[in-house]
Amino acid sequence: MSNFNYTLFIVLIPLAMFLLLGLQGHKFKKLSGILGTTGLGIAWILSLITAYQYFFVYGNVGGVFKPMLAYNSVWLQMTETLHIDMGILLDPISVMMLVVITTVSFMVHIYSNGYMKDEQGFARFFAFLSLFTFSMLGLVIATNIFQMYIFWELVGVSSYLLIGYYYQKPSAVSASKKAFIVTRFADLGFLIGILLLSFNTKTFDFISLTDIHGPAIACGAGASFLGLSVMTWSLIFVFMGGAGKSAMFPLHIWLPDAMEGPTPVSALIHAATMVVAGVYLVARLFPVYAISAPQGLEVVGYVGCFSSLFAAVIACTQYDIKRVLAYSTMSQIGYMMVGLGVSHYGGEEGLGFMASMFHLFTHAMFKALLFLGAGAIIHAVHTNEMTEMGGLRKYLPITHITFLIACLTIAGIPLLSAFFSKDEILTAAFHNNKLIFFVQLFVAGLTAFYMFRLYFRVFWNKEPHYHHTPHESPLTMTIPLMFLAVCSIFAGYIPFSQFVTSDSKPFESVMEMGIAIPSVVVGLFGILIAFVMYKKETTLPDRISTGFSFFYKWAFHKFYFDELYLFVTKKIIFRFISRPVAWFDRHIVDGTMNGISAVTNYVSFQIRGFQSGQLQQYAYVFVSGLVGLALVILYAFVK
Amino acid sequence: MNILSLFVIIPLITMFSLMLTKGFKQARLVAAIGMGIQLIMAVVLVFMYLHERNTGNTQEMVFYDSSMWFPSLNITYTVGVDGIAVAMIMLTAIVVFAGIFASWDVQFLTKEFFISLILLASGVFGFFICLDLFTMFLFYEVAVIPMYLLIGLWGSGPKEYSAMKLTLMLMGGSALLLVGLLGIYFNSNPGGTQLTFNILSISKIVIPMSAQHLFFPLTFVGFGVLGAMFPLHTWSPDGHASAPTAVSMLHAGVLMKLGGYGCFRVAMFLMPQAAHEMGWIFLILTTISVVYGAFGAIAQKDLKYINAYSSVSHCGLVLFALLMMNKTTMDGAIIQMISHGLMTALFFALIGMIYGRTHTRLINEMGGLMKVIPFLAVVYVIAGLASLGLPGLSGFVAEMTIFVGSFQHPDIFHRICTITACASIVITAVYILRVVGILLFGPINNEHHLHLTDAKWYEKTSTVTLVLAIAGIGLAPLWLSNMIGDSLGPIMTQLSNAF
Amino acid sequence: MTEGTPLTYFLILGTIMFFIGIYGFLTRRNLITILMSVELILNSVNINFVAFNKYLYPDKLQGHFFTLFIIAVAAAEAAVAIAIIINIYRNFNSINVEDADEMKY
Repeated sequence: MSNFNYTLFIVLIPLAMFLLLGLQGHKFKKLSGILGTTGLGIAWILSLITAYQYFFVYGNVGGVFKPMLAYNSVWLQMTETLHIDMGILLDPISVMMLVVITTVSFMVHIYSNGYMKDEQGFARFFAFLSLFTFSMLGLVIATNIFQMYIFWELVGVSSYLLIGYYYQKPSAVSASKKAFIVTRFADLGFLIGILLLSFNTKTFDFISLTDIHGPAIACGAGASFLGLSVMTWSLIFVFMGGAGKSAMFPLHIWLPDAMEGPTPVSALIHAATMVVAGVYLVARLFPVYAISAPQGLEVVGYVGCFSSLFAAVIACTQYDIKRVLAYSTMSQIGYMMVGLGVSHYGGEEGLGFMASMFHLFTHAMFKALLFLGAGAIIHAVHTNEMTEMGGLRKYLPITHITFLIACLTIAGIPLLSAFFSKDEILTAAFHNNKLIFFVQLFVAGLTAFYMFRLYFRVFWNKEPHYHHTPHESPLTMTIPLMFLAVCSIFAGYIPFSQFVTSDSKPFESVMEMGIAIPSVVVGLFGILIAFVMYKKETTLPDRISTGFSFFYKWAFHKFYFDELYLFVTKKIIFRFISRPVAWFDRHIVDGTMNGISAVTNYVSFQIRGFQSGQLQQYAYVFVSGLVGLALVILYAFVK
Repeated sequence: MNILSLFVIIPLITMFSLMLTKGFKQARLVAAIGMGIQLIMAVVLVFMYLHERNTGNTQEMVFYDSSMWFPSLNITYTVGVDGIAVAMIMLTAIVVFAGIFASWDVQFLTKEFFISLILLASGVFGFFICLDLFTMFLFYEVAVIPMYLLIGLWGSGPKEYSAMKLTLMLMGGSALLLVGLLGIYFNSNPGGTQLTFNILSISKIVIPMSAQHLFFPLTFVGFGVLGAMFPLHTWSPDGHASAPTAVSMLHAGVLMKLGGYGCFRVAMFLMPQAAHEMGWIFLILTTISVVYGAFGAIAQKDLKYINAYSSVSHCGLVLFALLMMNKTTMDGAIIQMISHGLMTALFFALIGMIYGRTHTRLINEMGGLMKVIPFLAVVYVIAGLASLGLPGLSGFVAEMTIFVGSFQHPDIFHRICTITACASIVITAVYILRVVGILLFGPINNEHHLHLTDAKWYEKTSTVTLVLAIAGIGLAPLWLSNMIGDSLGPIMTQLSNAF
Repeated sequence: MTEGTPLTYFLILGTIMFFIGIYGFLTRRNLITILMSVELILNSVNINFVAFNKYLYPDKLQGHFFTLFIIAVAAAEAAVAIAIIINIYRNFNSINVEDADEMKY
């Protein structure tokens, strides 16, 4: 067993950077960007070393990747059995996530040095980025579900802070608020799930929870409620938390608005890392889902499937390039959820699990690339609207090439990374659930269509009148683009099934041509349609959208989900619960209290009339009292 | 002399020294020194306590001392502390210290202000160190009554009304309480021996059930009024809104904890059987408090009202957790008291400081303050995050301990209450973020606010003290949790015997 | 001198005087007359004391002494009362009892 103590520094360096830049950042000014980036660079190298040591040196014990506790200490003791620990758990998925997070985060740090150069609060930005990276790393290395919940909340708040980075812009403020509250609502489900789970299994610890021979999984056949076992319910609740973070339908509404944040943030948090936390959560508890709550897993699959379709349809109609990417993120996460949902536990049956993790990995690379590319575009033309763009390939050559690579990747063109991962998800779906398979195949076509719609509109099409000529971004921004482009191309050649599998035992995955070919054909078909419609400026898109005007309108307005939520929050919660509660409190509860005092007051006002100041009146009362008393005494005592 | 008596004597000495001072500068200096010493003493007490425990002192109460005070009625001056009382004393010392600095620029009758404030504090300290029901009650009254003067003289808005309302409601509570305490006293000798007010002696005997049925509700409600239990919480919004900064801090931060502590130490500890039988009524009321307070806070427009309702919600959670009656929730309840005390004190301090600059507390009249007063704004955000239970700050530790503990309750009714109470974490997020969004972010909507000055040194002292305490508990909760948990043995024995 | 006169006569006299005094006290508005009524009440009591002493405990003197005390106290009381009345007159320009009603709520 190796000594993995140094992994502690992967987490602690970003934390230290956060404290340093957060408290003293104003003194460093421009230096703070370099400091933050250096810190993260070290963490990145340490993660790569960890990955190497884990996968190639120490992790594989007798053909199985053993989970290892690099560090663990009790943070809070709740009951004899339930305690929250703070620790580092290394197993295939957490090590993979370490690499993903630090890589993307490092790239985003480098990129931000250029992108955020002229912003006020430069140090603040890097402080928050470090805070986010710290929390996200803490989340993936969590040894127990409660540690995960803790960091889950922390990533939520760092996301809140970063979305609201431009805090003087009302739209950014409301978007950050929305993101936090929606995910917080989902976290309520997560918390209830944890409570139910811990009530049944009496443990928070991942290793004992996911031990397939352990007592925790055996609790599955407990009491049932509405036809599902308590274990299933608890896992569905846990998934609710995951769905909130991963922007699954119907808790997705915060993600498009979250694009109000600076673009590097969207790349890091809302594309590559935080939003896949939900996938990671399900993957982390996968043995429990697969063995004791298969219905829970079905829920995951269907929610993922519907979300990916739903988001892909909306993405086809949006004009804000970051929003298109946001919906595409949602759609791709839906893919990952589908991968988990159609998987079983163990060996070849666990193909979906492996594919899902694989897709998570490749998606992080190409989606970060897409977002950073979008950032470069926005940096050049100062707008998010694709209607105000066109013909940019001349001005932004590097961005153009890298963006094209990313688009080809997401469209599933062979030999690029997402081709492999997406294909494996489809294969797993094909063998387990035909309905999901066909939906996902259709979504693959839609994905290719809307990505190339974006690509052609921005880089080809008719050139609008630019106020000043767009120019290519500085090196600090293009280097990450090129690096991520290389990753997007080659990440697919990592033999994932050798490393990350549902039961940690490597297996050989084979490509099924019968599934790969249709998916490629569908992808190419999508690209073709986009080519026809958007390569040159034509009236075709408008004619089509008027042809489907009703459906188009609904999709354009995101199926009116924002309006629905607004109705629920503003009208129902605020106007029909809070206001009445406040009114009830002021007028009924407090009114009762004031009423009591008013009655007391009234009575005393009445009584005070006796104190008239009239001497003879007092005497009159006195004498009559005396006479009365005398009569009473006579009556009572004198027989 | 017993170290615990110093906690009453130091404030008294400070008060006498204050009487000799001239001018507001001297007065506030003396007050700050006095309470600074008190804070140091509290830290020393924590270490002495931990040292006693580590050296194997397993007494129920350490530093125990008792002397006869009024022999014909068996009233004694009995002091002694366990981990819970130590933690509460620490909380009080921190909040009072921060409160002195938060009222650094009081210039109207400064001397009298600090005298009343410290008198109040000495009552609170006395309450926490005492183990004699009557002396406890005496200190309780000492803590409550200066409130009337403090709000009535130095308050703002409809201060006479609020002061009167607050005092009358709390006095009403103490009337019930007095009956309850005397009831316990007259039932403290089932064997026909000497009657006693001593909590430790009473806890050794079982009070007859008929008496418990009568006096448990009286005591619980009596303390519950101070703990802002629904529907007896309405003094809190008005009182807090009118009170001057330091008084709001002390009141919400410490005085409301007297209620929770009293419920714990007197009502439940001495009458566990009745607590078991009648707990469910109060459990429903406190569950309502938790959710109702949070919903009430959403619709408010005045910063102090928002906080007052949020206090109703959080203090409701304290009583809620106590009534769950297992070790984890009791632990959580005490941590919640401390956590809420610190963060609500921080909130009121900040509100006072913002009010001192903008002269309004209505959130709609402010906006974009982050730009002009970044220090205060950042601290406000921290306080808000603590309040909505962000991990790493104290609120999370308390809430999670409570929720996990109460969900382990075998009874389904209790678990449903727990889930209902859990919902408050979302509602809390809604109102906190609403305030933060309107108040601190966005564009500045009032040009008078463009040239506000950021925090002065004394304001920084006040807020940083509290932030450090909040973060300290939030980051390393284990020692506090253990210190409290170790002292829960006696009450757990009491409660489990009651089954 | 009093032989043959029953005690009842004295008591009836005392009662009549007492109630005349009460009546005067309650109905007159002039403070001086009220004071005179009070004197009447005191004297009715004096008569009772003396009468009871004479008839019930002829060999004792407590009743007589008590009467003497009351006469002395009544004299002092009249002096004080008249002083008060003069002051009231100075303040209110009236000795009507209804005008002196400041002492309320």
